[in-house]
Amino acid sequence: MVRIEEYADIVGQPTIDELFLLARELEGRTIQNVNSTAVGGGVAEILTRLLPLLKQLGVDAHWDVIRGDDRFFAITKKIHNGLHGVPTQLSPQEYELFLDVNRMNAESISFGDIVFIHDPQPVALVERRTVHGKNWLWRCHIDFSRPDPTIWKFLEQYINHYDGAVFSAPAFARALAIKQVLISPSIDPLSDKNRELPESVVKNIFRKFGIDRSRPVVTQISRFDYLKDPLGVIKAYQLAKKNVDVQLVLAGGGATDDPEGPIVMHQVQEEADKDKDIHVLFLPAGSDIEINALQRGSTVVLQKSLREGFGLTVAEALWKARPVIAGAVGGIPLQITHRYSGLLTRSVQGTAHAIKQLINEPEYAQKLGINGREHIKNNYLITRHIKDYLLLFISLFENGRDIVYL
Amino acid sequence: MNPFYFYTKLDQTILLGVTASTIPGLLEGIQRVPEASIYYHTHRYLQQHHYLSPEPPNDFAYWVGQILNDAELGEQLSSIDIIRLDSIQSIRLEFVELLRAYISSSEKLRESPPGQEFHFMSCQTFAIQTPHTAETIPEFLEQLRNVSVSSLYYHVFDAKLRLGHGENDFSRWFRDGGKIELADAVARLDPYTYTLEGLRTKIISLAEKHGKD
Repeated sequence: MVRIEEYADIVGQPTIDELFLLARELEGRTIQNVNSTAVGGGVAEILTRLLPLLKQLGVDAHWDVIRGDDRFFAITKKIHNGLHGVPTQLSPQEYELFLDVNRMNAESISFGDIVFIHDPQPVALVERRTVHGKNWLWRCHIDFSRPDPTIWKFLEQYINHYDGAVFSAPAFARALAIKQVLISPSIDPLSDKNRELPESVVKNIFRKFGIDRSRPVVTQISRFDYLKDPLGVIKAYQLAKKNVDVQLVLAGGGATDDPEGPIVMHQVQEEADKDKDIHVLFLPAGSDIEINALQRGSTVVLQKSLREGFGLTVAEALWKARPVIAGAVGGIPLQITHRYSGLLTRSVQGTAHAIKQLINEPEYAQKLGINGREHIKNNYLITRHIKDYLLLFISLFENGRDIVYL
Repeated sequence: MNPFYFYTKLDQTILLGVTASTIPGLLEGIQRVPEASIYYHTHRYLQQHHYLSPEPPNDFAYWVGQILNDAELGEQLSSIDIIRLDSIQSIRLEFVELLRAYISSSEKLRESPPGQEFHFMSCQTFAIQTPHTAETIPEFLEQLRNVSVSSLYYHVFDAKLRLGHGENDFSRWFRDGGKIELADAVARLDPYTYTLEGLRTKIISLAEKHGKD
């Protein structure tokens, strides 16, 4: 298990000391996290890393996962897409099933002094507030800058019963009756997905997947999901390939609550079958070393999302000092300052142009990567995330003054 | 000398749900948001991009210059000399006056592309006393080398503008301890033109030079 002190080598001892000082303020309080999946996707990943570190700091933090059948997750997928702006309709029966599953789960969850609910799937657990009181926080990890109005109206009635809402990007703030806080997610520099790797490991993994490292490699690591636009990535690659020699790697898996994953995967595979330089890799959960190596060994990393909560894969690639081209959506512009720490694009053509630019100008690409790594180090590592969560929990017990002395 | 207690500060970023897509909208927002929001948008860059400084832009200047593509107004907004202003309200008024003058003299006002509106934010600051204290200049030097940049930030920027101390905490402590020359030298620094690490190095060198006086 990684020890919190090990991060001092990366972020400095004073930062770790500050975390211990903050954690002391939460002595005697329990914190219950609830989300909908134990593996796959950024939320489960960050909770898996955060919980042990919070405990080492002395914070009594717990994590429960709600249970639901395929019908429930099909509904929550619709809600997810609706929040991303896709026009969505749920039948009265679907709304009822969504609430029934939440109520059923509420019976088996032990709520702490602070209840921290992640994403829309368990949002209606807040109905239990009438029984448990306590301090309820809702953390939204997904992009809902333009949510479907019907879906939003349904969720809003529950969100307004929380004490606070937490969003990953400023554009997600709504006209809510409750306090709204900005907390960006983070990456863990000591995890298998992000730690330093020997060159021999990178080399072996590229060889295992049959990718030729003597030629430029452009990689997108993402779930196979329409909103990550893997088909748009293939089009951009095809345009760029008219002028530069390049290979494309599309690698990812699917979260357990994502029924669309296999359909998109199939469409991508059909396109890839026409070109031996397109490598489609379906990576099972736990392929962290492979992802790490693919990012480290790529010439350019893409994240051509059409909608994005935050886009942790961007932070991952930047942490490895890779040049990144990404869609200017969700939390991505927070991570990339255009032409300083990466390139932001809005179209297939723009992405193709950026690919050619970075392949043809490796010094410029290297500079973008170095600047990007520094930005991630200062703002998007797990230690900053822990600090933000501790402040969020502490703020529940403080008044609203601008400056609070602890 | 009386003990100097090093504090550190940690900020929680608050989303206000107030947005602007035009210059008049930005002006309206600047006029109505709380002071903590003005402080946030004029100082956030110093902390989040402390390796990029010196002279980071404030958020208003960045948005006008980069999103509205109004380079001239962006430059004017980034040139507001915050170091000579001693309250957040006076910083707010500088922006208000500049934007009002611009609006009255402009025929056509630009609008931001959808999705790139200016989002007003604010911050709640949590100040914590650290174990670092100093009663002499050598002790001060040793501690200053070890505190986080957030601690430095708190004693330099927050102390002057948000706590209303009139000058940075280090100068106040030097002055109270009779180190007038050192106090004046540190007070004369323009901290907005340094990176935070650069500022730390500069204060250390000044204390080494004048501390024995």
